[in-house]
Amino acid sequence: MLRRAALSVLGVEPVGPYTLLRLRRGAIRPGVPGQLFMLEAPGRLLPRPMSLCLAPPGELGFLIDPIGPGTRALACLEPGDELGVLGPLGHGFRLDVERPLLVGGGIGIAPLPYLSERLGHPPALVGFRSEWHAEAAALVPRAEVVVEPTLVTERLPEEPWDVLACGPEPMLRALRRLAPSAQLAWEAPMACGYGACYSCAVELDGEWQRLCVEGPVLSGGLR
Amino acid sequence: MAETLRRGAGPERRPPLILNASGCLDALTAPAVARSLDAFVTKTVTPLPRGGNPPVRIAETDVGLLNSIGLANLGIDAFLERQLPRLGELGVPLWVSVGGFAADGYAASCARLEGRPEVEALELNLSCPNVDGAAGTAAEIVLACRRVTAKPLYAKLSAATWDLGETARAVEAAGADGLSLVNTLRGLALDERTLQPRLGTALGGLSGPALRPVALAAVYACARVTTLPIVGMGGVARGRDALALLAAGASRVALGTVLFGDPQAPARIRAELAEEAALLGFRTPAEAVGAAHGREDGRSATLDQRLRSFPQNTCKLGTNEAVDRRS
Repeated sequence: MLRRAALSVLGVEPVGPYTLLRLRRGAIRPGVPGQLFMLEAPGRLLPRPMSLCLAPPGELGFLIDPIGPGTRALACLEPGDELGVLGPLGHGFRLDVERPLLVGGGIGIAPLPYLSERLGHPPALVGFRSEWHAEAAALVPRAEVVVEPTLVTERLPEEPWDVLACGPEPMLRALRRLAPSAQLAWEAPMACGYGACYSCAVELDGEWQRLCVEGPVLSGGLR
Repeated sequence: MAETLRRGAGPERRPPLILNASGCLDALTAPAVARSLDAFVTKTVTPLPRGGNPPVRIAETDVGLLNSIGLANLGIDAFLERQLPRLGELGVPLWVSVGGFAADGYAASCARLEGRPEVEALELNLSCPNVDGAAGTAAEIVLACRRVTAKPLYAKLSAATWDLGETARAVEAAGADGLSLVNTLRGLALDERTLQPRLGTALGGLSGPALRPVALAAVYACARVTTLPIVGMGGVARGRDALALLAAGASRVALGTVLFGDPQAPARIRAELAEEAALLGFRTPAEAVGAAHGREDGRSATLDQRLRSFPQNTCKLGTNEAVDRRS
């Protein structure tokens, strides 16, 4: 059942180049880490898909990279503003893992803080394009941080970890080769978030997957 | 007026007023949204399965939405076997959107749907901007389908034709029972930094607010030259948009892009439509059908009365902002 509610903004805080948007939780549940929420972007036609970053009591926190008109509109919200939120949607990370290792790249670290909390703060490996972007690593407990030109895939330990990852597509594709059973959170431009529009469909191993329904987290590429 | 609404769709207790635009909803994934409509229109079913177009498939612009889905669907065989029985269980009147690449392909699908009691009506997608056009004219395709089905047959047309009224008359003569107006228009969006096309296929179909005046013009023009019932669609986001399409001559309204941002839009727009119609003195929204054509007979609110009943002294009421706040 789709749940959409107007949530009020509690705070808007810079984290390096990113913006942490803190909302009063209201009628929206935090769901499973890695699930997505459609956030109404003021003045725009479409909402924007976001995974939950932080879930303190009574709050939902989203980490936003203000790179386009929608994300900029979200980053320009002010405390007291209201916005429609639909979610949680899709499939998040499976939490029944024995040796979790969280891997994130850039704004892809967004779901890791909440995931870390739910898994009891396992080790993490996060990569960024600059020291400024890497300020966001402070949100992820027990994180080893690398900055380009070093890539997270160069630091992936050889031992058999259960990799749970989110980041840019080249990073996810590289992780699939290195850790075939990894749970990977994918991203694609998305209009509805609830399986209606088919715009977020991606072809993985010859199968079309709607990231908002079958994903966004897919195990080894396929659920 | 109720007669007008029923024409072509068989006897109904309540005239179905709000549908979805074909291609904009998957009822099996979002059954609650489908049930909130008066009738559900499927995504277009083609003779063979289609994976759809390569990503990126969607691009928001300042005035509308570009999509390049490319008629992703399982094909008529799997649709009949796997999807139609489940769609029939939803309990909402079902229209199947039929696509193809030649008249005989459309007709073959219609023939296979003819015996299926779950299907209330067929809509022929004669105008998807994201696939190569079908061989043959709209009228030839309608004629081929008319020969194999007694179900109500709607022709979904694009406004991007030289003379839409001519096309409307031609499909009427070929046996169409109604028109669905309009499909998306072809559009292009470029990345602001790279100046490369944002969609995987470069060109896509433009929907949303930019289509509103285009849809109104198409409905208005076709309502003047045919007596076919019209499903109006194109950028409907509020009750007043729906009311405008009814006034232009549509007897039903379909929602598309608005569903993506607001899956509760059908109930909201239905309520807003009733409110907006009442504001102008109409007993029901259906009574406003065709009002833009200046025919006042049989209406409870004449043009003069509408002018008087519109609240002049509340400058905010009736503006987009006021409606937005009410919702």
